[in-house]
Amino acid sequence: MEIPKSFLGYKRENGRAGTRNHVIILPVDDISNACAEAVANNIKGTIALPHSYGRLQFGADLELHFRTMIGTGCNPNVAAVIVIGIEPKWTKKIVDGIAKTGKPVEGFHIERTGDIGTTMKASKKAQEFVMWASEKQREECPLSDLWISVKCGESDTTSGLASNPTVGNLMDKLEPLGVHLCFGETSELTGAEKVCATRGATKEASDKFMKTWNAYNDFILKEATDDLSESQPTAGNIAGGLTTIEEKAFGNFQKIGNCKFIDVLEPAEEPTKGKGLYFMDTSSAAAECVTLQAAAGFNIHLFPTGQGNIVGNPIEPVIKLTANPLTVKSMGEHIDCDVSKILTREMNLSQGGDELIKTTLRVANGRLTCAEALGHKEFVMTKLYRSA
Amino acid sequence: MATDIIIHDKTDNVGVVVIEKITAKQDCSCWIMEDDSTVNIQSLDEIPLGHKIAMTDLNEGDTILKYGHDIGKVVKSAKKGEHVHVHNVKTKKW
Repeated sequence: MEIPKSFLGYKRENGRAGTRNHVIILPVDDISNACAEAVANNIKGTIALPHSYGRLQFGADLELHFRTMIGTGCNPNVAAVIVIGIEPKWTKKIVDGIAKTGKPVEGFHIERTGDIGTTMKASKKAQEFVMWASEKQREECPLSDLWISVKCGESDTTSGLASNPTVGNLMDKLEPLGVHLCFGETSELTGAEKVCATRGATKEASDKFMKTWNAYNDFILKEATDDLSESQPTAGNIAGGLTTIEEKAFGNFQKIGNCKFIDVLEPAEEPTKGKGLYFMDTSSAAAECVTLQAAAGFNIHLFPTGQGNIVGNPIEPVIKLTANPLTVKSMGEHIDCDVSKILTREMNLSQGGDELIKTTLRVANGRLTCAEALGHKEFVMTKLYRSA
Repeated sequence: MATDIIIHDKTDNVGVVVIEKITAKQDCSCWIMEDDSTVNIQSLDEIPLGHKIAMTDLNEGDTILKYGHDIGKVVKSAKKGEHVHVHNVKTKKW
């Protein structure tokens, strides 16, 4: 198949391109959710991103909170941002971080005004932003403007046999065309960690990966009260035939094809070494992982599933693929790309990869994903430890 | 003959059922992805889609190989053709 050289995206002020054109209402903290949701309810075409944290966090956990907030606002799928927090200082910090992209952003704080007054002021600005954004047109953008993140979920053995290798095939075909790629799920590489480390493009990248994996594994061993047999693999994984974390890890690892990763990213860290594949240190929980990848600037997501994970994200479209024929039959409304014919050998991996490339481009050009049509907007902050 | 079971690597001692289920005493065709070869096996158990079958006799302490890699250890012996899962295989991690 000849791979198209471009897609229709929204060009942003900082040179990036978006596959979506969202105006978001971003609460800084949990207690500002109500106001943010009120604004989004007032002004049609905006979306609020409520979440559970943002108060009394400190140290690396607070840094991650800011990185996720600012990164979400900076994502090229976002045209403009309203930031609402309880206090002015942290609100301003997030506004200033997003403003560096050159996109419209304005912050509001609730103290000394209250929810109703803040909702009114923020709604007026949100209306202005959404009407401005509604005139943005899709333009031809080079394929290299796609930043593709991947994560699998509710995996079973069909994931390792077919849907994950299909993503790997897409990576092998798109990496030479200059796209950015990202995989994560630190704990789910357990058992395959040494093999994964050999896929670092440099010794530095390999060493950084092993250091990251060791730190996560030490944390799991320290906190575990049992053998994690209820969590990794999950009950869904086990129902689908996956027996051990090692088996799950080698299946998971098929997603990167034959690519080598050029760097290891902190959670929600924007890649800075140019095109190519990156590993990000993330949880293996679907919504947490996708939220971090979106905050790092990835603008389209590929999500292979076995038993049928249904996750979505408010700003980064999540494309689902599966090779499990029972999942296609029973949960078809969640599946954007069916590669179950690989198991019956009516389709080979390369044909599966081509199908996924076609689906990815249709979504990049504007076709809604199943998760978008069904209203999945899981925005889940990763929290590193207890607040002060 | 249609494929009932897929095996990743020719060194693997388990295969994955890729039809809705196989029944006990079913003669199954297995496709080995690595070298595109075919082998046959008779099942001893009913095994559902996505679950594994022992391709050889497995003894307690043996290592399970899939993708050509170590994915855990046998904790309860299984005969060639039996269902392999959490009842007879455990992780070597955690």
